[in-house]
Amino acid sequence: MINPMVARLITRIGYPLFGLVVILGAWVLACWLGNLPTVVLPTPDKVFHAFIARFDLLMSEGWVTVKETLYGFLLAIVIGIPLAVAIANSRPLNLMFYPLLIALQSVPKVALAPIILVWLGTGMESKLAIVWLVAFFPIIVDTVAGLRSTPRELLELADSLRASPMQVFLKVQFPAALPFVITGAKVAITLAVIGAVIGEFVGASEGLGFLLLSATSQLDTPLAFAALFALSFLGIAAYLLVELAEKLAEPWLPPSSQRH
Amino acid sequence: MAFGTIRNVRKVFSAGELISRSREPVVALDDASFDFEQGQLVALLGPSGCGKTTLLRIVAGLISKTSGSVNIGGREVTEPLGDYGFVFQSPSLMPWRSVVDNVLFPMEILKNNNKAARARANELLGLVGLSNFAHARPHQLSGGMQQRVALCRALIHQPKLLLMDEPFGALDELTRLEMNDLLLRIRRETGASVLFVTHSISEAIYLSDKVIVFSRRPARVAREIQIDLPYPRSQRTRFTAAFTEAERIASEALGVLPPGSEAETETGAAS
Ligand SMILES: Nc1ncnc2c1ncn2[C@@H]1O[C@H](COP(=O)(O)OP(=O)(O)O)[C@@H](O)[C@H]1O
Ligand SMILES: [Mg+2]
Repeated sequence: MINPMVARLITRIGYPLFGLVVILGAWVLACWLGNLPTVVLPTPDKVFHAFIARFDLLMSEGWVTVKETLYGFLLAIVIGIPLAVAIANSRPLNLMFYPLLIALQSVPKVALAPIILVWLGTGMESKLAIVWLVAFFPIIVDTVAGLRSTPRELLELADSLRASPMQVFLKVQFPAALPFVITGAKVAITLAVIGAVIGEFVGASEGLGFLLLSATSQLDTPLAFAALFALSFLGIAAYLLVELAEKLAEPWLPPSSQRH
Repeated sequence: MAFGTIRNVRKVFSAGELISRSREPVVALDDASFDFEQGQLVALLGPSGCGKTTLLRIVAGLISKTSGSVNIGGREVTEPLGDYGFVFQSPSLMPWRSVVDNVLFPMEILKNNNKAARARANELLGLVGLSNFAHARPHQLSGGMQQRVALCRALIHQPKLLLMDEPFGALDELTRLEMNDLLLRIRRETGASVLFVTHSISEAIYLSDKVIVFSRRPARVAREIQIDLPYPRSQRTRFTAAFTEAERIASEALGVLPPGSEAETETGAAS
């Protein structure tokens, strides 16, 4: 008999670890069997070596991408949530913009990146604009959906007590919408990383996306892969940050079984 | 004048308020009139969709009426007066608040959330047998327990009038009978006036001093039935001749029972 703690540890960590080993094995095998040169596909150890040797470079370029991602994301929250409140509470605004937002949600906003670069140049501003653009939609759409899903009874209860609009918002609508806001933020943060990298691809002089491009153009494929891994860590870390925010908000959230 | 007078209230939902897709105005309530005294429990009985919820919303001042008048405690109701208690069909608790904080919600809105309010919240939770659950979250409670919390929330600010919209309609029969007895007990202890919407004939009679029977939509008052069953009532009351007689009259007024030999002529609905 295995004790249940150990059993859980095996399923939680053992299996994913095993999956990772399988993939690394396939990678090494592909390099050997295909006899691929390092320029095409470096072996994992070469990538690891590049990661360690160029760590400082990866960190400094990574920091640029982190700033673009987080600032753009925060901008999307700061602008998206108040706009969502306005749209959810005003019938004309709702009729005017909500269908538009839904329609625009499935448009690939990153396609605007080249145009935004023409407008704002190759610096931080254009990256912020692109990140904001991709992160804004899931946040505003989910927040509006959350605000509109506030049970009618709760609104009537507040009304019957002559609650002020501010009280209704703070004590009823926003807490009711919070699980939706968090769902939107999780999608938004993932898109934000993608937006930052695309922005750097289209035109930049710093950042992990830029590093990736310049490394491939110099045929330094191990460094390109190292940059790719750094980007992955960045994406995961950003997502975990939102999950942390969710954990902190736990006391105000309904049990996860009832979440959307 | 009676404590509450509802006179010729009519409601037509027209463009702007309509929830349905159709542009046609909906006559939700044709003509409702009745009175009630302070401390009375009046049951509003009618087929579903006849306009009972609409009438409660109008009495609460939550929506406007097309014509007629509603007067509660000497004040004409045109907007929420702030001293009603509301209990809905679903408990409608806030999942992000503990039980006691749900009960205290009205006091927060009324900016009265003081020590006395907390004491009263605990007292009310004791009255409905939920003292041990004050700090639980709503989802940890059964449907009947949640509805008891909703009842406490409706009573916390000592409202003049309690509006209950099919509050026990979603509960199983046994829980519903328990809740009926609980409501009778709470009425005795708080002296609250109650408008109680239901589509259960026996529940309406068991709880009330007066049953207002509504016709199909658009609702008119089909019949007003005085219930003179003595207090305190218990489940035995359901098996008395007076109770059965009231059930017969209500069934006829609702049109589920063809008038018998000694049937009286209907008032209102037949016009
Ligand atoms: N905002 C609205 N727009 C259009 N029709 C409505 C609206 N509110 C209620 N109704 C209609 O009015 C009628 C009465 O509704 P309601 O008062 O909820 O009935 P009850 O509570 O007796 O079941 C129903 O047919 C309902 O569809
Ligand atoms: Mg109803």
